[in-house]
Amino acid sequence: MTNPSRSADGRELTRRLGLSRRDFLRDAAKLAVGSALLGSGTLASAGVASKNRKVVVITFGGGARDQETFAPEGQGNIPHLMSELIPQSTFFTQVVNRGILGHYVATASLATGVYETINNFASLPPEHPTVFEYFRKDRKRPASDAWVVAPSNGFNRIGESSHRSYGAGLGARVILPKHLLTAALSSGHSDYQHLLRDNYETPYYAPELGGSEVELEQLERILNLSVEDFKAHARTLSSPDELSVYIVRQLMRQEAPSLLWITMHDIDVAHAGAYSLYIEGIRRTDRLCAEIWKAIQSEAEYAGKTTLFILPDFGRDSDEDSGGNGFQHHRTGDAPSRTTWMMALGAGVRENVVFDRPLESTDLVPTIGAMLDFSPSLAQGKQISELA
Amino acid sequence: MLSSDLKPEQFKSYPPESRKLITNYLGALQTLPLSFVPNLLREAIDYDFKFPAERRALERELENLQSVSTSHSGESSLQGQKDWFEGFARITLSPQLEQMDWVNSPAQFVEQLSTHLWATHQVDAFRKAATDYADRLHGKVPPERPPIPRLGIAVIGQNVSNHEEPLFRKLRPHGGYFSGIKPEGGLKILLDVVGARARLHPIPYGHWYVDGGEEAEHSSDLTCISYHALEPVRAALLRKMRAEIETPGMGPEALRTLLAQMNPPELGFGQAGDQVLDRFQLKLLTEGSGTQIFSTTFVQWSTREALRRAQPCTLLVRFAPRQRQKPMNELLSDKQGPPELDPVGSLMDADLGAYYNWMNQQRLSGADQSSFLVWFENHSEAVAIGPTMPRGTESTTPTDLSELLSLIT
Repeated sequence: MTNPSRSADGRELTRRLGLSRRDFLRDAAKLAVGSALLGSGTLASAGVASKNRKVVVITFGGGARDQETFAPEGQGNIPHLMSELIPQSTFFTQVVNRGILGHYVATASLATGVYETINNFASLPPEHPTVFEYFRKDRKRPASDAWVVAPSNGFNRIGESSHRSYGAGLGARVILPKHLLTAALSSGHSDYQHLLRDNYETPYYAPELGGSEVELEQLERILNLSVEDFKAHARTLSSPDELSVYIVRQLMRQEAPSLLWITMHDIDVAHAGAYSLYIEGIRRTDRLCAEIWKAIQSEAEYAGKTTLFILPDFGRDSDEDSGGNGFQHHRTGDAPSRTTWMMALGAGVRENVVFDRPLESTDLVPTIGAMLDFSPSLAQGKQISELA
Repeated sequence: MLSSDLKPEQFKSYPPESRKLITNYLGALQTLPLSFVPNLLREAIDYDFKFPAERRALERELENLQSVSTSHSGESSLQGQKDWFEGFARITLSPQLEQMDWVNSPAQFVEQLSTHLWATHQVDAFRKAATDYADRLHGKVPPERPPIPRLGIAVIGQNVSNHEEPLFRKLRPHGGYFSGIKPEGGLKILLDVVGARARLHPIPYGHWYVDGGEEAEHSSDLTCISYHALEPVRAALLRKMRAEIETPGMGPEALRTLLAQMNPPELGFGQAGDQVLDRFQLKLLTEGSGTQIFSTTFVQWSTREALRRAQPCTLLVRFAPRQRQKPMNELLSDKQGPPELDPVGSLMDADLGAYYNWMNQQRLSGADQSSFLVWFENHSEAVAIGPTMPRGTESTTPTDLSELLSLIT
């Protein structure tokens, strides 16, 4: 039989992971422990009315482990998170994902507040209403006010569920930058295919498209971006996530959606087993998160009224679990692969505070609901009181 | 179909030795939960092509299952089974899983079972059941100790002239760090040592040499695989995968199933080759993620699998530079040159890979007597780990690699 690993109780390991993160952050970023000091942090831009408020969510793509990020030996890989973002944030050290550890299904779970069980590799919508549908239906918002920027074709259905009370016409617009780039490149060759591979979990397979994703001809109308400009700019970028951030900035300027969801994915190159590329992905994602935060602060439509959430969809396997192969995958379901973190910063969020209590990935949607004044009635998570 | 419905004739498509093995223990298998049996069959169906160490382990496991089911009579036998398999018995399966042809396609069943376990939130329960079973099995049937203490060697950093980050950070606390290594002829010294061990202790598949590039001259007593030698096979596999994904209806699960069903001749493995080794190499390329593209991944995964399956007494692995991952702007450029190598990135890959090699070696029996050496090729840095080597120590004394090996073996 496989999997002869010996592990302590999963919940205990999860707790220890959270405490380690708190200690690392307390030492390196001088964060205060929130549970005892709730009132001590600076409340950034308190009192933003929900009708003016905006929320941006970044999934810290592909998942990264503590030893390559928050642990002392990993902090050099995330200088922007450590020195710029965390001091401005409320940081949660234990966010547990009890669902399926595949990127599409886990991101769908984050977006619905329910642990989805859809096939990770099929082109299927979430079964439960998404945060975008709750927001648009309750707040009577147009499609242009909720957007998803996602890395791969597999995410093209994430904006809108199959739930009969929500679904069709109520979801987010989805933009797949790599798909747009594929369409923009008139002459393909094999290296393009290598570049545009859809998913690091199944690198040779890309599902059929079939959602409400933005097509190439809409690029100019929506983003005010010509195909030639788009191609020319893509030629200056080093990775698909950089392309996503470029699109995000265009969206913020042209559409200024109130709810904007960005899934990063470069880190997931780890599935190819090359550690140096995984580290490179972490460093790039760290930089891109800071760029988005700067964009939020510099765009008039966003500055002072936006709350930014950054969280991985889940972690990666530990070195110690013989059932896995360390950083390469997220297959074991061990505590490090299920336990992540979340930081919130910006409007209505206390700065420089860390909380140890365990949250679940599904708590994000109810929390956004409280901020944007909608009721995610079918979400299973709980509103995070520390962000109320 | 449930385990209790198993009959000998259902195994007629199994390879001969595998069929014989399974039918000998059919009575025991009939009493076990369905969440357990296909996992065992997935191993047993390949019995004819397994390494001696894993064949013996499988035989001992089946012998134990037999003893659990027959050593007691009546109530005590049932209690014994309950103790061993209670966790597996609690796993709820779907009718679709029960209806699968899991006897002839155990690997596909296990894949579907995995999907089912995740979707029904039973993966943690299954994981605990598997861990408890493995712990109990190791207690009752301890793994065989190696005939000689194991020796693992990793050679990293080929073609790197210098580096910024300190090397061996994860391994240094477990042994001695040497910065005065005399590099001259280092690789030959190491290959001669492992060749001599192979000659002195002839054990089938007991002494290995894995190279991430072109293999250096080595003793024919070593089991050798290299990334370079597999180039035609890798190219054929990539062509096959590209063709398959363009087939309508092909999805990731179907592609994985197709790869799992491939035979060595389909990818051009030698007609008169070693069937066991050919199958092993085929699995490295069809089951390993990234092994087809990056030589550093190939070496790390090959080492992991060789240790897990063949459980060698000696294993020398040499990492070589992998191809450079081009950034997007270069890929979009019209100027396309030949593939370039990334020696510095490969050094980083290999540094962690060597740590994983050591960890995987230490998961095997006899870990308390095992030794490990990692050397920065053609440079003066190495870490040596062994039962007599003080941990966390450093030495700048000029030392050649044979002297260093003698300190730990």
